[in-house]
Amino acid sequence: MKKYRPVNAVSRPVEALFHMIMLFFCLCCVIPFVFVIIISFTSQQSIREIGYSFLPKEWSLEAYRYTFKMGQQLWRSYFNSFFITVVGTLLTLAVTIMYSYALFRKDFKFRKFFTFFCFFTMIFGGGLAPTYVVCKTVLGLSNSYAAVIVPMLLNPFNLIVMRTFFQSSVPMELIEAAAIDGSGEYSTLLRIVVPISKPGIATVGLLTALAYWNEWFIPKLYVGSDPKHIPLQYLLMETQEKIDFLVKNSSMIGAEASSIAKSLPQDSLRMALVVLIVVPIAFAYPFFQRYIIAGLTVGSVKG
Amino acid sequence: MKGKTKKTLLLISMVLPGAIWFFLLRYIPMAGMILAFKDYKVYVRDPSFWNNMAHSKWVGFKNFKFLFASTDTGRIIRNTLGYNIVWIILGLVLSVGVAIILNEITRKRVAKAYQTLMFFPYFLSWVVASYFVLAFLDPTRGLITSWQAKNGMDVINWYHEPKYWPVILTICNVWKNTGYSAILYLAAITGIDTTQYEAAAIDGATKWQQIKHVTLPNLRPMICILLIMNVGKIFNADFGLFYSVPLNSGSLFPATQVIDTYVYRTLTATSNIGMSTAAGMMQQLVGFICIIIANKVVSRIDADSSLF
Repeated sequence: MKKYRPVNAVSRPVEALFHMIMLFFCLCCVIPFVFVIIISFTSQQSIREIGYSFLPKEWSLEAYRYTFKMGQQLWRSYFNSFFITVVGTLLTLAVTIMYSYALFRKDFKFRKFFTFFCFFTMIFGGGLAPTYVVCKTVLGLSNSYAAVIVPMLLNPFNLIVMRTFFQSSVPMELIEAAAIDGSGEYSTLLRIVVPISKPGIATVGLLTALAYWNEWFIPKLYVGSDPKHIPLQYLLMETQEKIDFLVKNSSMIGAEASSIAKSLPQDSLRMALVVLIVVPIAFAYPFFQRYIIAGLTVGSVKG
Repeated sequence: MKGKTKKTLLLISMVLPGAIWFFLLRYIPMAGMILAFKDYKVYVRDPSFWNNMAHSKWVGFKNFKFLFASTDTGRIIRNTLGYNIVWIILGLVLSVGVAIILNEITRKRVAKAYQTLMFFPYFLSWVVASYFVLAFLDPTRGLITSWQAKNGMDVINWYHEPKYWPVILTICNVWKNTGYSAILYLAAITGIDTTQYEAAAIDGATKWQQIKHVTLPNLRPMICILLIMNVGKIFNADFGLFYSVPLNSGSLFPATQVIDTYVYRTLTATSNIGMSTAAGMMQQLVGFICIIIANKVVSRIDADSSLF
């Protein structure tokens, strides 16, 4: 059977070249992760002998066994990451939807002012040091979940995306009609606007969830000294310098902890942590991708 | 009349949580920039922010003078600007190129698969990426280093040789961001009216001419918007890339220290809040001026493509 080929297509050799370029680029994008998975299943013996390799001498589950054995800090951080991501995303969505809905309402008296209030923070800010000082001393943000969530609660870019999404999918007449029917502002937002805007909300929600899940800098700044609240990404960051961080913060006592620290399959264990962090993203990925692509193309409309 | 006031009040109540957040976490820190002109000291008797501020001595431009006297400053600014300029151009060329290639692939399923694979790195954090790099460059176990050792070559100690890092960082940046911006451009390309191409083809335009005279002009607004945003951020660096991918290695600072990492290290290592604020303030001001100028220039060339 002959495949249909558009008349205006590039010639076959050129397309073959295009495929080669794309294949190369795509392999580069995925191979490092595959490599890390392989390392996480490699025995420490093999790593010592031939280094990291795509074809290890000996496979092993050692690293994962250790994560279960001494992973109190690890599972605590895993829980923290999920908790911060879920609660943070819900809060962000609530505040973002309300704010951007008011900006979308052309009949809102202070619309211009609040649009500028948000937009200006996109192009100017106090910088890291004053923000840090204000968060620590004025708002008292440290060593709590709030200290991770509050500093990244709002993103003006997402606010603008959301407003643009409302503008393109919610007809103003609908809101006027609802008002005539006696619907209050909040119930119009909840019952009419939110259901219509589900795709936009999904996009902003997923981008936000991704940002919370991947954040390590804010936890480093605000909860660095408190292992109870640190998320997985920050734990991973710390283990870069000291793998025994995991053991130190588990409840094990001195001698036991140090003997475990000695026999730790350091290299594969680190890579196993990386795998554990990426796996939830990889699972959510197909779903994410579709919504984010759909949303980005809407959001890129000029505001 | 009464209904109108009620509506306004309700809408204000909706923006209020967000507005308070912006005020506390964005506008107060802007006022906090006066720290750049102070020698910030914690007021021990009652260490609240306002007391600390009020009891810290004014030092005028001393922090800025230090900043400019330091020999590091020139290098830091050079690094930040250099990487950004190269990456803006490289990113633009590569992602538009990839988008055009993807658009020309006739099997749409395969094109979708490519799209899915190349978008993946965008979803990972730089901490995760730093382990990917480590897997290849680790001084004793890395794939490349052990390959060098096996073949009797000089083993490069990657994390102590700054001269390789401009290339490594560029590869990392391309690896993470090209897929994302290519998809943005691809969306814009698929939105182009196909009759434009058909008309061009009938007039005998080659593929190359079609790209030059149909695709690129159609992409112009989008390129402009992304350019303004990038030029506005020309004094900002991707902190994670410069901090965690080189594993915070001190001997790499000549190639990896940028304004953002400098501000952070000054803040945490020396807790010199005044200096850190001063450096951050320079960054913000220059960035602000850049974005205004970029927007002016673009609106001069093409009024519809400007950001505001």
